Amino acid sequence: MRLLVAALRGAWEFVVGDDWRTAVGVIVTLALTAALARTSIAAWWVVPVGVIALLVLSIRRAMRLR
Amino acid sequence: MSGPELGLALSVLLACAVEAVEALTIVLAVGTTRSWSSAMAGTGTALIVLGGVVASLGPALTALPIDALRVSIGGLLLIFGLQWLRKAILRAAGLKAKHDERETYALESAAARAAGAWHAGFDGYSFAISFKGVLLEGLEVAFIVLTFGANQHRIALAAAAAGLAVVLVVLVGVAVRAPLAKVPENTMKFIVGVMLSSFGMFWGAEGAGASWPGGEAALLVIVPGVLLLALAMAKRLERWRLTVQAREASPTILTSEQASGA
Repeated sequence: MRLLVAALRGAWEFVVGDDWRTAVGVIVTLALTAALARTSIAAWWVVPVGVIALLVLSIRRAMRLR
Repeated sequence: MSGPELGLALSVLLACAVEAVEALTIVLAVGTTRSWSSAMAGTGTALIVLGGVVASLGPALTALPIDALRVSIGGLLLIFGLQWLRKAILRAAGLKAKHDERETYALESAAARAAGAWHAGFDGYSFAISFKGVLLEGLEVAFIVLTFGANQHRIALAAAAAGLAVVLVVLVGVAVRAPLAKVPENTMKFIVGVMLSSFGMFWGAEGAGASWPGGEAALLVIVPGVLLLALAMAKRLERWRLTVQAREASPTILTSEQASGA
């Protein structure tokens, strides 16, 4: 059990790292894209817009923590 | 070779070369300071473990439905890639320390010397440090090989690009017998961050059901677009840093009202 928790924590640290908000933002962006793709509206632009916003916010957070 | 396949090979090659340089520095430090045979045994064991991870997870991943694979892998690549890109932008702007292999080598060598005397035979310290260094750096490569490879059903191509990068780095390392400080590691990390984020965007959106204008040709716009955005952000942050530094360095100039005590 302890080994499983350690492995999960390691995987979290490895993929998500020190900015969980970006991870949540990516999931929300992809969910929005999936929702929009089910309508007649083009959905491809959601990811680039989301990525730019997430990158700017992530860098701002990093700057504030300095 | 198609555009996405070329992107796959280039991304894996660069990412693997960066990680191989970092792993090589650690192995060189303990090998030179303590025991080459134990350091090489640790490296070999880590490579076997990494090979096992890729061989066991690869076929399992490729068995998933393509849309589920693309959205999950695109999402993971985006999360992972945006981390690389943020750090690369901050490094390029001078707001985060750049990776310095010479410094890492000196620190690892000092730690190896301080770890106690070693006389002959198997050296547990050299084995453990080499194993940990190669495994940790290699896991990032395995992640990139698996995500890029599985998504395009080209795990063999991704693994070949990773293998080529390791061979090149090791050959140069053996030739110079010193940490590879001249490799433009920070630039390579910047490019890898751009590639991971770009492919993550492309596959994530496709997996979520969106269609890119122009299909795969959209990558020809996405990759340069992300690169330009990252460069512009790095430039702007660098200008801001220089302005702040100049303001802190210059003596305070008082206005006439402040000087008269008003």
